[in-house]
Amino acid sequence: MSFSAAKFAQPLPINPVSASRSNDKPLSFDPFKAGSSFLGSTLKLRVHVPSKVSHLRRSTANAVSDVVKEKKPQSPANLLLTKEEALVLYEDMVLGRAFEDMCAQMYYRGKMFGFVHLYNGQEAVSTGFIKLLRQDDYVVSTYRDHVHAVSKGVPARAVMSELFGKATGCCRGQGGSMHMFSKEYNLLGGFAFIGEGIPVATGAAFSSKYKREVLKQADADQVTLAFFGDGTCNNGQFYECLNMAALWKLPIVFVVENNLWAIGMSHLRATSDPEIWKKGPAFGMPGVHVDGMDVLKVREVAKEAIERARKGEGPTLVECETYRFRGHSLADPDELRDPAEKAHYAERDPISAFKKYMIENKLANEQELKNIDKKVDEVIEDSVEFADESPHPQRSQLLENVFADPKGFGIGPDGRYRCEDPKFTEGTAEV
Amino acid sequence: MWGVLRQKVCAGGLPGMYIRPAVAAFRNYSSSAKQMMVREALNSALDEEMSADHRVFLMGEEVGEYQGAYKISKGLLEKYGPERVLDTPITEAGFTGIGVGAAYYGLRPVVEFMTFNFSMQAIDHIINSAAKSNYMSAGQISVPIVFRGPNGAAAGVGAQHSQCYAAWYGSCPGLKVLSPYSSEDARGLLKAAIRDPDPVVFLENELLYGESFPVSDEVLDSSFCLPIGKAKIEREGKDVTITAYSKMVGFALKAAEMLSKEGISAEVINLRSIRPLDRSTINASVRKTNRLVTVEEGFPQHGVGAEICTSVIEESFGYLDAPVERIAGADVPMPYAANLERMAVPQVEDIVRAAKRACYRSVPMAATA
Repeated sequence: MSFSAAKFAQPLPINPVSASRSNDKPLSFDPFKAGSSFLGSTLKLRVHVPSKVSHLRRSTANAVSDVVKEKKPQSPANLLLTKEEALVLYEDMVLGRAFEDMCAQMYYRGKMFGFVHLYNGQEAVSTGFIKLLRQDDYVVSTYRDHVHAVSKGVPARAVMSELFGKATGCCRGQGGSMHMFSKEYNLLGGFAFIGEGIPVATGAAFSSKYKREVLKQADADQVTLAFFGDGTCNNGQFYECLNMAALWKLPIVFVVENNLWAIGMSHLRATSDPEIWKKGPAFGMPGVHVDGMDVLKVREVAKEAIERARKGEGPTLVECETYRFRGHSLADPDELRDPAEKAHYAERDPISAFKKYMIENKLANEQELKNIDKKVDEVIEDSVEFADESPHPQRSQLLENVFADPKGFGIGPDGRYRCEDPKFTEGTAEV
Repeated sequence: MWGVLRQKVCAGGLPGMYIRPAVAAFRNYSSSAKQMMVREALNSALDEEMSADHRVFLMGEEVGEYQGAYKISKGLLEKYGPERVLDTPITEAGFTGIGVGAAYYGLRPVVEFMTFNFSMQAIDHIINSAAKSNYMSAGQISVPIVFRGPNGAAAGVGAQHSQCYAAWYGSCPGLKVLSPYSSEDARGLLKAAIRDPDPVVFLENELLYGESFPVSDEVLDSSFCLPIGKAKIEREGKDVTITAYSKMVGFALKAAEMLSKEGISAEVINLRSIRPLDRSTINASVRKTNRLVTVEEGFPQHGVGAEICTSVIEESFGYLDAPVERIAGADVPMPYAANLERMAVPQVEDIVRAAKRACYRSVPMAATA
């Protein structure tokens, strides 16, 4: 067998404190080192944190930001960001935020319906990862999928129109908020069931490997990103797929958007060991923890994980610690989360932080950023106008697309429900 | 009936002899040249499709080194290698989802369930990920995948391993559901399923794997393929129509033979395709015979028979000369005890009695199927 079981199978070190700060690469891909530094910083910090909202989660969160702060001055990664790249990241995050804010407005105005889950606060994860992808790389998302779609390149018009249930939507109004698909941009969908997207993503990664190794398509080096939340990490499909992805060395990155809450269930109340990244090494793949409120940190980790997958070196599990600024969905009264916790993360807004960073590092000036904000506002306004003016799907569309033949079963020429379609696999035999 | 069936299984189960000359046949089919076991029909269909299209691969538990829990994939690992015949861990939800994801982007997976009972662990992916994606994506993402494995009651394996899922999957838009009876069906339908651009649920039957059927040269041709959505009239008749699928086709044919001795001419329809259902063939037959008996192994409520009955009532009500008779499995989880188990699934005599009732021929009082 090819996996180095001995190396990964050992339990994590029990003496984290001693291993902690001496390690100057806290986000190393070596599961061992990553493990010790994270635990260490957590433990060390726990002493300093005033325990007003005292639970482990607080301290963990502070610990992460602390690690990041500590790392910043000496990390060369930030310096490698060009101005153009920085502006792209900024625009994508602002676009995601503005899109979701507009969704909330439109939802309350009755323009969209059902469940609408907004991404506010988590933009650094989507932007940090997806902006490193090629168009032919795959993204598999959850029910919180609008911003992943927009980051992947699906036009805001098409996404907004889909949310309005219009025929010009990216799925002609047949998918809806939780089911964004785009063949053109290789967005494999929003999956509305917890854990459902992970095997599908693993299958997409499998298809890249199969195309390269069996069909001998040398250019089939696409990478798949599977996005899902902390709640999903308690679902069996997560473990099944970590196992198979590592076993078969599939080109995939499992991106956990740990926003600390599964609807109203606190991550700490739901998970025996809240450090999700640790589950990577348990399956023989690197596990990384990253501050999901810092787009550059996310990007740095994402780069390494995506390159690793593209080179055929197998999967990576990345836990991005982030926070959603709104309730689980627009129908969620959001009564369970502590206001102090919300305020703490609001201060760490990834967009304002990045804005500040750009200005401080002279990557952009106020005016340039304002121009981007304005441009994004125009795009969003335009998408709403477009969606609003677009036609509703025609009645005949109801029965289309059930099968690959676009007409599906449909209504036959006699006006009755047609149960047979001449274009089904017809066979060679007379029956 | 079990005795008869087991005999056949044994007779057909000679190792390594799947295409046998007609002289060796234990049944008297004069018109056909060769015999083929259902197992070999499935194996050869998989083999030929994998050889014809390199996008086709097989995945599931024990499909590779073990050669398949029922030896359906025998020899395929050796021929196509572990990249195309994938032994998976015991993780139905995981590997089924992986199959679906692979199908999204142009591969053509064949996912084997050791039994369809285990597909319950993966039904989310069959229904939500496979069947609905084409629609949800407005036709952007089709899912050419086959879910196959033995379905329905086996012998003596108890409630959790003996259930027919035809009606379950048959009720879901976006799926095609096929259920072969003979070797011809198995070959032609599996090849059609693999070539089809949509998700197909392919319901085999463990007790039929070892049965042999006559096959024509046409069936043995590697281009052979049956149409999806077409039923086959296995036996023509004029007094009563009997619809059945999978193993029940054999029972219906037996019943028809018994009925013919009593002067009743039964027409037996092998549905082959549960969804799409060949309503026109069924209705045409009922309009001819004016009587209908539906036979299935699954539970009665909301079953395949119920759907057929509705279709006939909607389209051919005026042609019916008798109430529709529905034969189905008993409305209980499958019992283990052999005698109870026999009572829980339809038997040939049940079909005979129902057909007689439909023809207003006297039936003993006790015989209420």
